[in-house]
Amino acid sequence: MILVYVNSDHGIGKSAMEVVTYGKKLGDVTVVTAGGASDADLAKLGQYGASKVMIDRNAKADDAQQLTRLVATAAAAVGAKIIVFSNDLVAKAVAPRLSVKLKAGLISGAIALPEMGSDFTCKVNVFSGKAFGNVKVNSDIKIISLLPNSIQPELTGADCAVENFDGAVGDIKVKVLETKIPEGEIPLTEAEVVVSAGRGLKGPENWGMVEDLAKTLGAATACSRPVADIGWRPHHEHVGQTGFAIRPNLYIAAGISGAIQHLAGVNGSKVIVVINTDPEAPFFKAADYGVIGDAFEVLPRLNEALKKFKAANN
Amino acid sequence: MKILVCISKAPDTTSKIAFSAGNTQFDENGVQFIVNPYDEWYALVRALELKEANGGNVTIITVGTAGDDSVIRKALAIGADDAVRIDAEPTDAYFTAMQIANYAKENGFDIVLTGKETINYNGSQVGGMIAEAMDLPFVSLAAKLDMNGNTATMEREVTGGVQVVQVNTPFVASCAKGMAEQRIPNMRGIMAARTKPLNVVAPASVDMLTSFVSYDTPDAKSSVKLIDPENMDELVNLLHNEAKVI
Ligand SMILES: Cc1cc2nc3c(=O)[nH]c(=O)nc-3n(C[C@H](O)[C@H](O)[C@H](O)COP(=O)(O)OP(=O)(O)OC[C@H]3O[C@@H](n4cnc5c(N)ncnc54)[C@H](O)[C@@H]3O)c2cc1C
Repeated sequence: MILVYVNSDHGIGKSAMEVVTYGKKLGDVTVVTAGGASDADLAKLGQYGASKVMIDRNAKADDAQQLTRLVATAAAAVGAKIIVFSNDLVAKAVAPRLSVKLKAGLISGAIALPEMGSDFTCKVNVFSGKAFGNVKVNSDIKIISLLPNSIQPELTGADCAVENFDGAVGDIKVKVLETKIPEGEIPLTEAEVVVSAGRGLKGPENWGMVEDLAKTLGAATACSRPVADIGWRPHHEHVGQTGFAIRPNLYIAAGISGAIQHLAGVNGSKVIVVINTDPEAPFFKAADYGVIGDAFEVLPRLNEALKKFKAANN
Repeated sequence: MKILVCISKAPDTTSKIAFSAGNTQFDENGVQFIVNPYDEWYALVRALELKEANGGNVTIITVGTAGDDSVIRKALAIGADDAVRIDAEPTDAYFTAMQIANYAKENGFDIVLTGKETINYNGSQVGGMIAEAMDLPFVSLAAKLDMNGNTATMEREVTGGVQVVQVNTPFVASCAKGMAEQRIPNMRGIMAARTKPLNVVAPASVDMLTSFVSYDTPDAKSSVKLIDPENMDELVNLLHNEAKVI
């Protein structure tokens, strides 16, 4: 039996569909979740392969200790041998706790389905995207935390049953005073398209053209480390070895030199477009498409070309 | 206030990543080791700032072998009071976390800090595991940490934004960017680090739940296709028809 934890507090996101699809390829899937999603929304996870969804509406969807107890109780209730998370910020707090609680080996940052021969192994990203490792799990119960954008959601079935579940979650020790989530922004790690810019843009006042392009593409925005360090852009946009690691389908980088530490966070991207005035910029070596030119001219031009393309294809 | 800061060694960020013994081991040949940046820049420096403001003691702990002492001395040079090395190869996150939790339980700390993740294995596992093993609350990816008596107010990253939370000591937190500014050790710190206590502690017996069996490196990209900067219609066309990403 496969137990899949999904975040449903802000609706059913793409990463939830991904982990259910992933779980379905390993066996019969039960989903466990917390918070306030509607039954109708949760039932839709059946379309991606869930047999049923169990929700504890008393558990706080952002309390790691409560969620750990919830997933542990659910795992015992369904006899789960494999527990799957999406490797997001919730999983980073919950999965390690659960690993200790259940004495179950944790594979974090998985990018593929496990091999389940005589050994149970799974491929993960290591060295900040500069290499892959194959991790073997020795324990009876296995926990896999799947990197977002590692598998395409697949529609395979129909709506499933949704049951209320008492996860025996206990009390809360971390008091939430305030949550600030800007409306309408696409979470960087989930985005399929990311437009990113670096010091070559010369100042925060020039980010309008980055945002305009991102808007046309339905993309998230990102930046290089110095740009976040000097405060041109918020820290949560910083990608690279010491920022977020992302693996979108399309990464567009303008005015970024492509230092090894930057590449570490983005070289999992399927397609990379680099715009830089310097033909010697190291980023071109990691790019699929390169534009040697001034970002101040190329970005608006690309935006116009995309708008034209969208208008023609709608 | 007693603060325990967990540090890990990591290959310098410019290191060439290669593997030996039939791709089963990380090739340490010619690799410079540094203190994992998240541990050093954020966890350790914030711990020192808290000590400077409120008094107390900052201990660093690592699970590692004698070869790691130079990395420990680097962290001591930045200003920690003393260091503990659990004398074992840190085989996986669970093993490492259980060793640290054992030590922390026996010696009583108000705050246990880790970095957000290591830059080699990127697991983000150790902090949460220590917290569970000690049955303590865990605040992950904290970007700010202020103490008022026994109460900590922290800002942490959540999906797409930030959250402000409050928790009482004892607790465990993992530290991300924003917490503090990197400190460069000065000559006095480096000299003082040589004589600061480094306690070597025998490991507890702990099972290994996971192990790395092999590694691969990504395929090299085929060479870049250059597009005329005047002709962005061509780029759009390629992204749509060739790469199929829009
Ligand atoms: C331990 C460590 C960790 C690090 N972690 C990270 C990390 O996580 N992420 C990260 O990004 N960096 C990281 N760095 C920093 C990294 O080494 C680089 O310094 C940084 O990525 C450079 O940022 P940049 O490309 O924006 O700036 P620069 O290197 O200054 O590059 C600017 C680029 O813009 C181009 N340019 C200038 N004008 C224009 C124009 N008009 N149009 C188009 N192009 C133009 C230039 O040719 C140049 O290539 C780390 C460094 C260290 C030591």
